[in-house]
Amino acid sequence: MDGVIGFFQDLGPNLALVGERAPQILEGVLITLAMMILGALLALVISFVFGIAQVVRYKVVRGVARVFVEFFRGTSLVVQLFWLAFVLPQLPYPLGFQLAPLAVGVIALGLNYGAYGAEVVRGSIGSVPTGQYEAISALSLSPARGMFRIVIPQAWALMLPSLSNLWIQLLKGSAIASSVTLYDLFFQVEQLRDRTGTWFAYVFALLAYYLIAWLIVIVMNGLEIRAKHKIGRGPALRDSWRGLFQPPGTTRDGKRSPRVAKNKAEGKAATATGGVPA
Amino acid sequence: MNNQSWWSWDHAAAVFPDLILEGFKITLLATVLGTLIALVLGLVVALVRRSSPALINAPVTWVVEFIRMTPLVVQLVFANLVLSPYFDSTLAIGIWVLGIHYTTYMAEVYRAGIDSVPTGQWEAATALSLPRMRTWRAVVIPQAIRNTLPALGNYAISMFKETPFFVVIYIPELVRVAQDYGAANFRYTEAITLAGLIFLAASYPTSLLIRRLEKKLA
Repeated sequence: MDGVIGFFQDLGPNLALVGERAPQILEGVLITLAMMILGALLALVISFVFGIAQVVRYKVVRGVARVFVEFFRGTSLVVQLFWLAFVLPQLPYPLGFQLAPLAVGVIALGLNYGAYGAEVVRGSIGSVPTGQYEAISALSLSPARGMFRIVIPQAWALMLPSLSNLWIQLLKGSAIASSVTLYDLFFQVEQLRDRTGTWFAYVFALLAYYLIAWLIVIVMNGLEIRAKHKIGRGPALRDSWRGLFQPPGTTRDGKRSPRVAKNKAEGKAATATGGVPA
Repeated sequence: MNNQSWWSWDHAAAVFPDLILEGFKITLLATVLGTLIALVLGLVVALVRRSSPALINAPVTWVVEFIRMTPLVVQLVFANLVLSPYFDSTLAIGIWVLGIHYTTYMAEVYRAGIDSVPTGQWEAATALSLPRMRTWRAVVIPQAIRNTLPALGNYAISMFKETPFFVVIYIPELVRVAQDYGAANFRYTEAITLAGLIFLAASYPTSLLIRRLEKKLA
């Protein structure tokens, strides 16, 4: 309880300290943002490559993709991070090398969440109604063309809520990178703690991460509204900007709307795949 | 023990017993207890959010969302610094933080499960004039939980794979044990690789089981 009281008593001087250390904190924020954005881009590429590879016709490709996904989902983010940071430099000559700390963070986050994302992509492609696939053959589109012009635009709208959750998880996971000598936001906050005490520093850290997570939510809500509008299933972004501030994990249409049947399918896609990481 | 080799069975044999008997034991304990906490508190949170007035609902919703959207690592270190005078063991703090973090996920799963119980079931309960408590206990919750079992299981596996975040507060779980061996012997390869393989060996079969459960219940 002393901590809580102290938090409010020393709020003024502590905020001044934050101002004093602003350059370092800003640098930490930038590193966290870099990890979050580069990691997400890598994860997105991996998600699509290995998600689509799991639904192609060739059994070998499907098998390889499956093994990749299960391996990187199953071996835990922290292990992958430590492997890249500690084991990789110790491997003998042709393979062993030291990655820069930022690269360690980005690659570990990208591989791990990319593997989860691949499941989301696979699940969403599977949730596109069969009629659409029949339409592809009826119009005699090639499988690749059908995939990229018909299936993926619809699957994209389905997968965005799950990808949004994964991206927030990636941001949260990035905080562990400070333990492999990356001077990210969390590292800088721990430095701050020496001057301001525990309560202020950690409340500051939690709020900072919370705000960054909201950035993700807003961006992803925007993408989702846009994706739905493009396939004719929702209003344009300029007509529904309130949707941008929808908290994650809530249905946009409320519980008892007439569109409940569609929401059910969406909810199923989300729980069967990416909404729930395992 | 040759440090130039790719893989040394001597190191592997030296670290393996510690990984299993110390590290894995604590990892498993944290997963089981954390899951229990999250299962119980998650249901409580879901019910509170469903049945309380806006005045209570709004702050509960905000706290849940805040916990869910901030890093477990930061929460662990924070809780450990603040609570260590009141707890005998760091492990207990870690388990509570992990459990409460996942409570926020599981509450969401329960909420979706409760919403998925058809309105007709509520109407039937009203038609039979079942008391409100009994409606929840005997009609809604059993069906809701059936719908949510796979998702809850997936979160349990997810918790298992997030126990390594405990390294930041020095709880000797699997990855900490591997890391300590690596630091003491200047040899990380076997310890960390084995730790990863143990995670894979434990989580993959479990996720297959849950996938089967999912098909069976669907």
